[in-house]
Amino acid sequence: MSSVPAASHAKPRSAAMEALAALWRRPHVRACMLVVLAYLLVAVAGYAHLLPDHEAAVGDAQQPPSWHLATLLGTDILGRSVLWRVLAGAQTAVTIGLVTTTLAVPFGTALGLAAGYFGGWVDAIINWVYSVVVSVPDILLITAISYALGKGLTSMCVAIAATSWVSIMRLVRGEVLRHKGSDYVLAARSLGAGSRRIMFSEILPNVIHVAIVTSSLVLLAAVKGEVILTYLGLGVQDGASWGLLIAGASQDLTNEIWAPLLGTVTAMFLLIYSLSAIGDALRDVLDPRLA
Amino acid sequence: MGAYVVRRLLQAIPTVFGVALLTFLLFNAFGPDPVRTALGNHATAEAIANLRHQWGLDQSLPLQFVDFLRQIVTFDYGRSYVTGDDLGTQLKSGALVSLSVTVPPFVFGAIVNVSIALFITRHRDGIVDRAARALFIGAMSVSALVYVLALQYLLAFKLDWFPINGYESGWAAVKYLALPWLIQLLLLMGPDIRLYRTLFLADIDADWVRTARSKGAGEGRVLFRHVLPNAWIPIITQNVTTIPFLILGSFLMERFFSIPGIGNLTIDALSRGDLPVLKAVTVLGALALVLFNLVNDLLYAVADPRVRLS
Repeated sequence: MSSVPAASHAKPRSAAMEALAALWRRPHVRACMLVVLAYLLVAVAGYAHLLPDHEAAVGDAQQPPSWHLATLLGTDILGRSVLWRVLAGAQTAVTIGLVTTTLAVPFGTALGLAAGYFGGWVDAIINWVYSVVVSVPDILLITAISYALGKGLTSMCVAIAATSWVSIMRLVRGEVLRHKGSDYVLAARSLGAGSRRIMFSEILPNVIHVAIVTSSLVLLAAVKGEVILTYLGLGVQDGASWGLLIAGASQDLTNEIWAPLLGTVTAMFLLIYSLSAIGDALRDVLDPRLA
Repeated sequence: MGAYVVRRLLQAIPTVFGVALLTFLLFNAFGPDPVRTALGNHATAEAIANLRHQWGLDQSLPLQFVDFLRQIVTFDYGRSYVTGDDLGTQLKSGALVSLSVTVPPFVFGAIVNVSIALFITRHRDGIVDRAARALFIGAMSVSALVYVLALQYLLAFKLDWFPINGYESGWAAVKYLALPWLIQLLLLMGPDIRLYRTLFLADIDADWVRTARSKGAGEGRVLFRHVLPNAWIPIITQNVTTIPFLILGSFLMERFFSIPGIGNLTIDALSRGDLPVLKAVTVLGALALVLFNLVNDLLYAVADPRVRLS
């Protein structure tokens, strides 16, 4: 091997980097990625206590919008800055999206991998759990979990994750079944690779794109779901959430106050639109069959 | 076919058992004590013990679970903790109200959306198609909550075309339901038309469609005689799986417009710790889902004989 000259070009990039680069090349998707990055920065700033306090009054009650950063979208009924509350709502939305996705995607992927690879009773048990969870309508499962764990941010993340791992598990399982009998798996096995190596080093890299594409849908559903669930009284109880903001804005509407609603809706629209555009593009790049 | 039905019914038993177990664990084992919720923090030990006995919560968990299974099999879910009403009648009237909220937009929406999707497919990649696609992507990025709020404000509060919220039984309900119907119809349009368009486009270059074209069939004939008939199965499947959700009603609409359907019943029960209601709704919702999935599979088996044997 030493006689082979070292490759002159750079180390080949991983599939994930390739996909990101392919996304970045599309101007529309690049703009959406920058928007999502901005939301991430807002969330990080929020956790680093760099955002202004959204609970503090900055002026009179229901002040109209003015060219001052704190009162750009006016103030609410307690004189708090609507803009600060929209930003704090963004922090909540990003948190719920990320936590839910990090709970659901690895869980669903691992179960799908195990069910597809081992088959037999492992598959039977995982499929039973799957069939039970998909049989309970999402909204009822979320209601039940928020009863068991108490209402709030944590239980909402768990509840949304509990309803979203199932689709990932089913898709990954299907892909694993397709790959299990492939020549490359047989080759690895004949070279003496064990189950763990075959599952994680051979099959997983070939099926992970399914999980990545679906995770963008999970993220989107979590962000959208939080608003509705909070409005229904199942989600965030205090603090800041776009759902609470919209509920408050509906009171303001009867007094002809539009700014809080427009601000919240715009903030939600930008994030949801960008996430769905990135998700669609990701599907084009990673899995042409699904497009 | 009979053997297939029996086999699928038997397969549903472990699933329903699992649903019962999950429901029981979440509400009875992990959830907060409903007796405490009902009596508050200052109740005497005797009052707590009495109520716990009255609700059967003094038995061991396995015994309570067996009792729950008996309720599921006999469809006798007992009485609400809060109102003391028989759950059978309460849920039945709630389900009827929920159906009256969801069925009209569901039926009307299916007809309208299939027609629009056909029209868009006819003019695919033209200006109508591209405009519609852009519009739907934008429209679907706005939360459903915003549509409800904005339309209520505009059509009920500002223009006074509809009552703001409320409900009356009988035909008078139509007055209150018209706005929720309209909103649901609009909310269904984006996702449904996109789905139907994809289904139609999947077949648009299929061999049999190409053959039809080469025989001189016009675009209209191709769509109605060759593409649409093949798309019926996925369209029907999609709609059959929606039926259980029609019974559950729209939580958002019922909450927003104060309509006393299953959704409102459930959310009220959640805040009051009314376990029998919550457990009954969860299990019945799951049973409906299992049942209609079965119906779906049977429809598939009728349409495609290969399914029956595998």
